[in-house]
Amino acid sequence: MRYALILIPFLVLPLLLDDFWLTQVLTRALILGITALSLSFLATYLGVVSFAQAALAGAAGYTIAYFGPNSVEIGIELPFWASIPLALIIATAFGGLIGLIARRSRGIYAIMITLAIGVAFFYFTRQNYAFFNGWTGFSGIRAPLIGELSLRAPVPLYIMCLLTAGLAMALVDGFARSPMGLTIQAVRDAPGRVMALGIPVTTPIVAAFAFSGFLAGTGGILNVWFQERISSFTVGFGPIIDILIIAVIGGLRHPSGAFIGAIVYVLLDTFAVDFIDRERFNLLIGSVLLLIIIVAPNGLQQLVLDGGTRLRGTALKPDKNP
Amino acid sequence: MTFFLIVTLNGLTLAALYFLAASGFSLIFGLMRTVNMSHGAMLMLGGYVGYSVVDATGSWAIGVLCGGLAASAAGAIVQAGVLGWMQGDELRQTLASIAISIIMADLMLWYWGGITYQVELPDALAGGQRLPWLGVGYATIRLALIGFALVTGLALWIFIQKTRMGAIIRAGVDDQQMLRALGYPINKIFVLVFALGGMLAGMAGVIAASALSIAPGTDLQFLLSSLVVVIVGGMGSVGGAALGALLVGLAEQYGLAYAPTYGVVFTFAIMVVVLAVRPQGLLGKAEQ
Repeated sequence: MRYALILIPFLVLPLLLDDFWLTQVLTRALILGITALSLSFLATYLGVVSFAQAALAGAAGYTIAYFGPNSVEIGIELPFWASIPLALIIATAFGGLIGLIARRSRGIYAIMITLAIGVAFFYFTRQNYAFFNGWTGFSGIRAPLIGELSLRAPVPLYIMCLLTAGLAMALVDGFARSPMGLTIQAVRDAPGRVMALGIPVTTPIVAAFAFSGFLAGTGGILNVWFQERISSFTVGFGPIIDILIIAVIGGLRHPSGAFIGAIVYVLLDTFAVDFIDRERFNLLIGSVLLLIIIVAPNGLQQLVLDGGTRLRGTALKPDKNP
Repeated sequence: MTFFLIVTLNGLTLAALYFLAASGFSLIFGLMRTVNMSHGAMLMLGGYVGYSVVDATGSWAIGVLCGGLAASAAGAIVQAGVLGWMQGDELRQTLASIAISIIMADLMLWYWGGITYQVELPDALAGGQRLPWLGVGYATIRLALIGFALVTGLALWIFIQKTRMGAIIRAGVDDQQMLRALGYPINKIFVLVFALGGMLAGMAGVIAASALSIAPGTDLQFLLSSLVVVIVGGMGSVGGAALGALLVGLAEQYGLAYAPTYGVVFTFAIMVVVLAVRPQGLLGKAEQ
């Protein structure tokens, strides 16, 4: 319910903003935020920083492209009520598989393994033409039509992304409170004790990765409708790092940091051209990332919270998920 | 049969290159538990500097040396300036090194542009050799790679296991507090380790830029190969890096020769199988 209340002010924004702000800034930030949310979820509740989220989002996006209308004559066209669930199932299963592979690895080991998986997926999409159409990928992908209304039109796309984001946050919240979610947090805090209680550790880890795959897949589907194309670059090192940057800038202490990070990232990406050479964006974003890691390791979200605490002069109630 | 042997030889030379690239990464990780994600960028820096120096002086050896020194300086600066302040917080170090890698890659793109460079080889390494049994020509530089890898591996092993400095570094990894109490400047020692890791990366970069070529993206390619090599072989042991490089290099070449569009899958499958059986890598020590 809390998320429904937060959403209301955002629902009136289409009346105030032009299409550029709505589509290129807000919608883009929401889509990136949903994808980064899948990483924040893993980092917050399982304590694993995964670099495979772009691959998970890409798997869903490629499924939509392969089983939907596209202009490269590859794949089978299915109706959307079939291809969307299929894309989500594939992303979820892929997430679970990654969890299975990385189940015994934590911290930096998990980073290395998921990075290797993410980059291997990128090289695979580039080499494989049967399913991924190699380097060029898919273009001419269309979002579904509802009657005469295309979901790619600025306002419907924005509303859809906004509702999806709200739903995703509510799902994360509910999942974290569920018995499985609690077990996942127990595995994060003390895997040894969880095992001593007779609870297998593999299931919660795989479940967390699978759920994260579901979230990333949702972001991936929205992204492929937004971009109307997908190629190996969509799952390349750039996007892998972008998702990480967004989650880290926002803060890995709470899943909602993903959306804060996403809006900051998109604003920088959109308006940095006014200050620096377009070509040097990586220099800017790398420096911002380094600065955040040095100054505020818990992200902008923590800075805002700390600032609020200092203003009020009272201690904030202890974080449920430190 | 000849085809198979040539593919095997290709695999061996590629493994040698992967070992050279991964050795610095493995060294830093093994001694300091720091995952240096800017390793690929340091390798690329070495390659670019090596190219410019060879272009200016015409001497390949000086190029390799300068490439190594440039990356070594970069490594020392990174450890002294940023990562050293976060010692013990591995995740933060990893993230910071990623940020550094993004910055370095962009600065290099700025200076050297998006062109593909190849370092010119000295006469002794240019051209090819006729292989005795197979009766086919083979590039000398690729055979030399195997020699470089053997020398580097041996030198590294002697340095860590047999010298006083190596003993101090190993002690610092096991018990930092005690080493500090004994009066050793532990922070300087860690900067030195990073400089050494950078040196290895930079020299590997020049050699890679000579044997293959160098362009934006090379950093990622070698970061990935180093990651997989170290994951497969076991974190932080010279022998593990060698074994990992051997497996990955051979798998990649066999994959390329016999199943071209699925080459990456072989490398990946090796990693998955190793992780399933021995999460710490084939020759790695289990985490305490």
